[in-house]
Amino acid sequence: MLKRVAQSEVLYRIKQNPTTLLGLGIVIFMFGLAVFAPWVAPYDPLEKHFDHVSEPPSRQFWMGTDQFGQDIFSRVVWAARLDLFIAATAVAISLVVGSLLGALSGYLGGWFDEMFMRLMDILQAFPSLILAMGIAFALGPGVFTVIVATSAVNIPGYARLMRSTLLSEKQRTYVLAARAVGNPPWRILFRHLIPNALTPVLVNATLHFGWAILEAAGLSFLGLGVAVPNAEWGVMINMGLQDFWQGHWWAYTFPGVFIALTVLGFNLVGDGLSDLLDPRRARQ
Amino acid sequence: MRVLRYVLRRLALLVPVLLGTLFIAFFLTRVLPGNPIDRVAGPYISQEKREAMKREARLDLPFYQQFYLYLADLVTKGDMGTSYTTAQPVTRDLLQRFPATLELVLYGMGLAVVLAIPLGVLSALHKDSPVDHAGRVIAVVGVSVPVFWLGLVLLYVFFLKLQWAPPPIGRLPPTMSPPPHVTGLYTLDALLAGQWDVFKAALSALALPAVSLAVTAMAPLARMTRSAMVEALESEYVRAARALGLPQHVIIWDYAFRNAVIPILTIFAGVFGYALGGVVLVEFIFSWPGLGLYTLNAILSSDFPAIQGAILLVTTVYVFIYLLLDLAVAAIDPRVEV
Repeated sequence: MLKRVAQSEVLYRIKQNPTTLLGLGIVIFMFGLAVFAPWVAPYDPLEKHFDHVSEPPSRQFWMGTDQFGQDIFSRVVWAARLDLFIAATAVAISLVVGSLLGALSGYLGGWFDEMFMRLMDILQAFPSLILAMGIAFALGPGVFTVIVATSAVNIPGYARLMRSTLLSEKQRTYVLAARAVGNPPWRILFRHLIPNALTPVLVNATLHFGWAILEAAGLSFLGLGVAVPNAEWGVMINMGLQDFWQGHWWAYTFPGVFIALTVLGFNLVGDGLSDLLDPRRARQ
Repeated sequence: MRVLRYVLRRLALLVPVLLGTLFIAFFLTRVLPGNPIDRVAGPYISQEKREAMKREARLDLPFYQQFYLYLADLVTKGDMGTSYTTAQPVTRDLLQRFPATLELVLYGMGLAVVLAIPLGVLSALHKDSPVDHAGRVIAVVGVSVPVFWLGLVLLYVFFLKLQWAPPPIGRLPPTMSPPPHVTGLYTLDALLAGQWDVFKAALSALALPAVSLAVTAMAPLARMTRSAMVEALESEYVRAARALGLPQHVIIWDYAFRNAVIPILTIFAGVFGYALGGVVLVEFIFSWPGLGLYTLNAILSSDFPAIQGAILLVTTVYVFIYLLLDLAVAAIDPRVEV
């Protein structure tokens, strides 16, 4: 589907939309930080400067230091790497697992579909952060935990979306034609149905990227995800909270600004993409 | 009568879902090897005492028996076990903390509705004007800001610097005693008892946490209001109403908004449910003695009965919001068959 939209037209329409461009700029900037973190960050993110503890921003430490004397700017930059890695992995896992299960469920139908959808009902009866907290508790703190918890809570959404798109695709004549020429069921599912149902799922994934970052940082902020003193945005805000009464605003302000910027970037790109690919808008 | 039957049928459908969530809560707490009793009891307790505690907490039994006995107690006595950390019945703990969260979420969501709906309607009326663009920017920024960071920044500005807001230490200053218990919502109880100073203190303690919740909830509400209103305003019946020369406010509120209200309600239910999770982060920052903080502390201290009870309560509230939504839609929209 994505390929079929004339690519030059997509580019043209993105250029017409300044907010999408802005979002794209932010996202590229953050990925740049993540990739080039060792060259951008002036210090090691875990290096403790014991004679510079909890200092406000200065020429030596652009964003100040935390209660262990760690350079906040270096930590914020390295955290871009960790947070984007967590979010990307979590989104990829929930996308692949969720849409495969949803596709299978919709394609097979019958009792499997029924059981699977009831299980999704149960998972969606949890507010997502609460379920993520429960999973994080069961697995114990760590990067892996955050990835699993963040992807697990989003699987039902992808599964449902894939299933409903697939069910409507299944009625189309090309499926009938594919079957008539003797394609086996798995081939129809993987070569015809899933690729054609993928567009809304991919748009959803862009919009979910921001959510995944918020959710992952929230878990670490609560002390259930990445452990202190690793360089992760949520962990840094948690460390800032412990220093709150001393008035050290820089300890939590900068990591929060980076989260907000990154999420904003992904939301703008996601909005732009869904505007672009939404058939209702395209007709106008 | 038909409505009653519908409600009963929906309630019956909720039972397996809630059983499932409880099962998951049970499963998640028992995946981790090791025993919470060892952590709660500490190293200075004899082996026999430890075994006795385990028996009392039924942790010596197989998983399915624990689950079955828990259900039996819950259904026959409303008993959810005793918390390892507060040493109180979990049911009592939850009843104590639930009103704190309810009050916070109600104020937060109320504020979000009061701000988002006029903003959305205004954006729809002046589509593609500066108001519309500003509204869009506010919405997309609001949904991108992490609520736990926003709370801290608000506290820094309004408590530490300006000293307008009270410190983040709960629902009332420690010197003040809560109003006589009627609903558990301090602002309402204080009004009922005529205690103005308590009302004011409770309201100012609510202000920052409620604003934090409201900012994140506003964005989806305002956007849905805008798009539903745009669609309604471009419809045939609004054109007909205009042609009849009806006054503008009648067209906006009685024609367009009445038709836009169902998608808005639907997104509101989603936002409300999301706030039930997000409130954990807000309660953590503001030391708000509600359900979210209780759940977090239960998880951090491996307090199995408290985790199970809290998850059961939260998921129950969550699925009831959606039930209420469906009932409200059925009441508003005559096309929906009950």
